[in-house]
Amino acid sequence: MADTLRDASAAPPRLPRVDWVAAAPFVALACLLVFGAFVSPSFLSLGNLANVLTRSAFIAIIGVGATFVIASGGIDLSVGSMAAFVASVMILFMNTELGGGGVGTLALGMLLAAGVGSMCGLLNGLVTTVGRIEPFITTLGTMGIFRALTIWLANGGSIAMKSQDLRTLYRPVYFGSVGGVPLPIALILAITAVGAFVLYKTAFGRHLLAVGSSEDVARYSGIPINRVRTVAYVVQGLCVAVAVMVYVPRLGAATATTGLLWELQAITAVVVGGTALRGGVGRVWGTLCGALLLEIVGNIMVLSSFVSEYLIGAVQGTIIIVAMLVQRSLSNRNRA
Amino acid sequence: MDRLLRTCAVAVLVLGATAAQAQTKTVTVAVSIPAADHGWTGGVVFQAERAKALLEARHPGLKIIVKTSPDGASQANALEDLTTQGIDALVTLPQNSDELTDPLRQVKNKGVFVTVVDRALSDPTIQDLYVAGNNPDVGRVAGEYMKGKLPSGQVVVIRGLPIVIDEERQKGFDAAIAGSGLKVLDKQFGNWSRDDAFKVMQDYLAKFPKIDAVWCQDDDMAVGVLEAIKQAKRSDVQFVVGGAGMKDMVKRVADGDAMIPVDVLYPPAMIATAMELTVANFYDQIPVRGRYIMDATLVTKANAKEFYYPDSPF
Repeated sequence: MADTLRDASAAPPRLPRVDWVAAAPFVALACLLVFGAFVSPSFLSLGNLANVLTRSAFIAIIGVGATFVIASGGIDLSVGSMAAFVASVMILFMNTELGGGGVGTLALGMLLAAGVGSMCGLLNGLVTTVGRIEPFITTLGTMGIFRALTIWLANGGSIAMKSQDLRTLYRPVYFGSVGGVPLPIALILAITAVGAFVLYKTAFGRHLLAVGSSEDVARYSGIPINRVRTVAYVVQGLCVAVAVMVYVPRLGAATATTGLLWELQAITAVVVGGTALRGGVGRVWGTLCGALLLEIVGNIMVLSSFVSEYLIGAVQGTIIIVAMLVQRSLSNRNRA
Repeated sequence: MDRLLRTCAVAVLVLGATAAQAQTKTVTVAVSIPAADHGWTGGVVFQAERAKALLEARHPGLKIIVKTSPDGASQANALEDLTTQGIDALVTLPQNSDELTDPLRQVKNKGVFVTVVDRALSDPTIQDLYVAGNNPDVGRVAGEYMKGKLPSGQVVVIRGLPIVIDEERQKGFDAAIAGSGLKVLDKQFGNWSRDDAFKVMQDYLAKFPKIDAVWCQDDDMAVGVLEAIKQAKRSDVQFVVGGAGMKDMVKRVADGDAMIPVDVLYPPAMIATAMELTVANFYDQIPVRGRYIMDATLVTKANAKEFYYPDSPF
């Protein structure tokens, strides 16, 4: 336990030598990049890399929130359904054209998304803490609720942005770039940096890690456990909302399949990034690495021509396990 | 005066009702279908409700119960519940043929007229009527259209999910273009999702410098494909062929969009065809037992209006 605490809060500044545990996901990512370059000549092309990084934005941003929840000792299975629900509400609002049908409508839509996302997170948090229900069950329940609400709002079909002008105006949020850097990539970096700052440099972050590490010790230290846990879910909801703000301009619609299995991808990204599922440790930059890793594996599979389309799942699974093994062997070296 | 009028009105109503009762035959038809979990099933639910309204208006004694179920197990339960209510006929689109064959056999044994839609049962003797689309033809029609439009060229394929429907469509397509100048560069699964199809298309565009056309099996996926092409600003891709008959794509065909010149029909409205035929069996003494396999009609600019349902969610 003491070991995990040290890893989480104070490892980088105190250790002069390389912190292999923290570096491991980056090493795995580098290995995968080299592998990709061998597999296909088009892999390292600027266009392809930009596509892949941009695509990973949803899972990377949601992953930041998931890192908070998991580090606090919780889990959130509802993020995929929540994303679909938030996207539906946002699009339905924007179709009313309140706020003038231009930038005003977009801004209000984003505000609404942030509000709805936070409320969904608050619901998860309150049911878990005040209702004292296992987060696995709580969020499994809300996962069904959010998904069903989405399908109900869409009548089983899709909810699309009606105004073509508004779509054109919103489109650059996914497809545009600033100084050659696609906007979603800039956003990933910003959100991850903010997430890392909050988790490592603020009292809330330290409380969160303490709660995840040992609830009893945290309670005796006077940390408001329920509040900290609940806020973690709200942060997750907010991250989902930000991901939705980038998702909606891409295809301009939400469907029953929006966000399907995102929860598993987010959790995988968090764990591959070096955060332990048992809580107490949070590696925000590692999560970003994990999200990139997942997206790149999928990309390499399509670019390569030697894997049958039926076997892709197996190869993806193998690569993720190998990446974890690389990571594990590096962290063992750290302890030695 | 007012009272007199009212009494007259009531008398007329009562008389009318008695007269109607004398000649109406009461028939109860249950419709058990999957819940709307993606675009196509959403269309099925919409079309079932639409057919219910039309049929009930036409036949005063007819009662249609539409019940949707999210998975095979709950559909089996729903079938039991519906049967105990006392039904004359059942129209069902089974979630899963293997799982639901036995529950349907039990329904049949109670003397209910059974109409199966879209997914064939492992034991075809259970059904009185089978109404389905033609999956191999969805692939064949798409393949033949592409072959006709492109004497030679490079094509990429985005498949659905690895299940029978997908396999049949793929085989039909492969057979249609065999021996032609069309070369399939790659095949990948897009999981019948527009997001996944978007990703796969982005990767195709990165991998292949020249793609002449795309076949993506399903209109939902075509949405993602078009967006990826638009983003890459590639002018080599001449057109995309989807399938099913989603309203947005049918509209594009009707409007003469060069990227979506045609669509291949696999209509969710087949549930309405099945309900119509089942009811005809009871009211109009029309023999309907047998198999009704719908064509995979090629939707072109000329006939697109026929297949456009602006109010449908799909």
